[in-house]
Amino acid sequence: MQRNVVTIAGCEIEVHEDGAGAPLLFLHPGSGFRATDAYVSMLAKGRRLIAPSHPGFGSSSLPGWIDNVDDIAHIYLELMDRLGLAKVDIIGCSIGGWIAAEMLTKAPERFGKVVLVGPVGVKTGPYDKLDIPDIFVLPPPEVAKLMFHDPAKMAPDLTKLSDAELSVQVRNRETLALLVWEPYMHNPKLPHRLQRVASPTLFVRGASDGVVSAAYLENYAKLVKGATTATIAAAGHAPHVEQPDAFAKLVLDFLGR
Amino acid sequence: MQAWHFSETAYPYLPPQDSYPSIRVSLPNQNYDPVKGAALWDRYLKEWQIADEEGMEVMLNEHHQTATCVDPAAPLVLATLARLTTRARLLILGNPIANRRQPVRVAEEMAMCDVLSKGRIEAGFVRGVPYEISPANSNPVRMGDRFWEALDLIVKTWTSHDGPFSHEGRFFHHRNVNIWPRAYQNPHPPVWVSTTSTGGAAEVGAKGFVQATFLTGFEATRKIFDSYRGAWRKVGRGNDVPNHRLAYAALVYVGETEKEAHEGAEKLLWYVTANKVAPQYANPPGYVPVAANVAMMRGAEHPLSAFAKGASVEAAIRSGFMFAGTPDQVYNQIKRHYEYVGGYGHLLNMGQAGFLEHEDSVKGIRNFARHVYPRLREEFPNTRISGQYGDVPPEPPEAHVLRSATKAATGPLYSQLGGGAA
Repeated sequence: MQRNVVTIAGCEIEVHEDGAGAPLLFLHPGSGFRATDAYVSMLAKGRRLIAPSHPGFGSSSLPGWIDNVDDIAHIYLELMDRLGLAKVDIIGCSIGGWIAAEMLTKAPERFGKVVLVGPVGVKTGPYDKLDIPDIFVLPPPEVAKLMFHDPAKMAPDLTKLSDAELSVQVRNRETLALLVWEPYMHNPKLPHRLQRVASPTLFVRGASDGVVSAAYLENYAKLVKGATTATIAAAGHAPHVEQPDAFAKLVLDFLGR
Repeated sequence: MQAWHFSETAYPYLPPQDSYPSIRVSLPNQNYDPVKGAALWDRYLKEWQIADEEGMEVMLNEHHQTATCVDPAAPLVLATLARLTTRARLLILGNPIANRRQPVRVAEEMAMCDVLSKGRIEAGFVRGVPYEISPANSNPVRMGDRFWEALDLIVKTWTSHDGPFSHEGRFFHHRNVNIWPRAYQNPHPPVWVSTTSTGGAAEVGAKGFVQATFLTGFEATRKIFDSYRGAWRKVGRGNDVPNHRLAYAALVYVGETEKEAHEGAEKLLWYVTANKVAPQYANPPGYVPVAANVAMMRGAEHPLSAFAKGASVEAAIRSGFMFAGTPDQVYNQIKRHYEYVGGYGHLLNMGQAGFLEHEDSVKGIRNFARHVYPRLREEFPNTRISGQYGDVPPEPPEAHVLRSATKAATGPLYSQLGGGAA
């Protein structure tokens, strides 16, 4: 795993790279990117995996001008130019899925296949109910239940983290709040822009995901021409972490088709 | 020294504390009886009028979606007090401008109240407490940046008199700013800012606004005031920091006897013990710096939260959160605190809280105003310089501390709170 820093519009982006082959851009969820997670090496077998840390996540900087997901989509299109990536397959998890969707609407011709995993970014339900539960005001144990199929196994043991690791987690959450606060977890324009997407697109969720519901995923998928959906058993909002084998198999099968 | 009577205007008639997870944000307003609430407003306003008659100044604040302070629109009450009082300075502390969408509207409200009161407004500004991020739908990240842009714009709005100007800032946009009425005071109402951190105090000191800190006791208050004074000098405001640039808020109750004082003081503790807040409301992401969050995850606790678990009058007095007792005791407690932290020109008296009834609140106000306040004004006039420490021994003389009363005095209060407070 290599780690490089690319500076775009005043933002220092850390970019992780692993493997060789056709480029595969991976956009992490709100919890950040961890190079040691099992799914990473599985995806990098036979592919050039490129995983930037979003501005304000990991060790990427957060200039004052950045405050929404759209800003990051623009930065990542520039990142593709800098890395000489004319066309990529892309995987986005949760907020990473939202960033990917924004990129697809801006430059659809630059994407081959697309996998959106528990993506947020649209509102499909009624005004008087949040589509995505408010993870910032629910009691932390309730959030863990929404996030994981098996919270007891998956919830991180904070005592085992260094201060530096803990600082990254805290900062990731802070940046997430900055980006998704209002409108909460969505861009009202995005549903009207997704009609531009031309890529074969797979929408995925964990069967126990309490953040992105089955109905939300179905409604989201209907906004993209020809999109299909899939479910990963015994996984919550982070199936790539909770069920890495099933996740990698599903994704690689789809990308290799 | 100027002393300001302050009540958070709570609605204390609540179900037992263990029956709800949070007194703020989520407690349904089916628990608010508007008839009882209106009666509370009658007495709270009356208490401010009495403070005015007794020569004290007046302070009020606002909070949102909580029973601890049923004033979600302090400028409205400020306007009311502008007409119900005759001489007191009227301090609103404050306007939560990181949560307000239009700073110019806030400038208009303050200017309006200044005209209604013929120049008696002291305009305070606060970032807003963490619990009110969700009620305001306000982004908890970059609140400090929003706060300062809003305050700069408000001051500019007050001091611009030659027709419209525009503002296209990082957070706020106004194409036409030209407020009517302008403020009564020239150049504008005095500006106060509250903060309980040293970093915040340095920013306020650099700008020279009045800095208020709440219930920060001895050590933290001294550090916060030191930070203010350091920044004041560093930017070239002069070596001497006038004491009237600094304010300290404490729970204050003065009785004629120790027994009377203790009963009143016990009831004031409601402010600390009733503040039951679900943890996720108390610390939204970005509200405190990353390092402070890491420290909390490692088990650090806010001193006031730690105190609330074993709250007692005596402990509150020793910590400097509370000044309570006979006039002599209270005078000596304040003097000790004043000299330890280096001096301040304003005492914000939280003289009413929770179940402290009207008659007892009035007694406390009058005892303070008549028997303590004159001595404070004489000993600590607002011509004094802040930053001069007295020789303060680590423990107060026993005679200055209000001793715990009999068990009977504590029983009824805790049972009212549903047993959760003890």
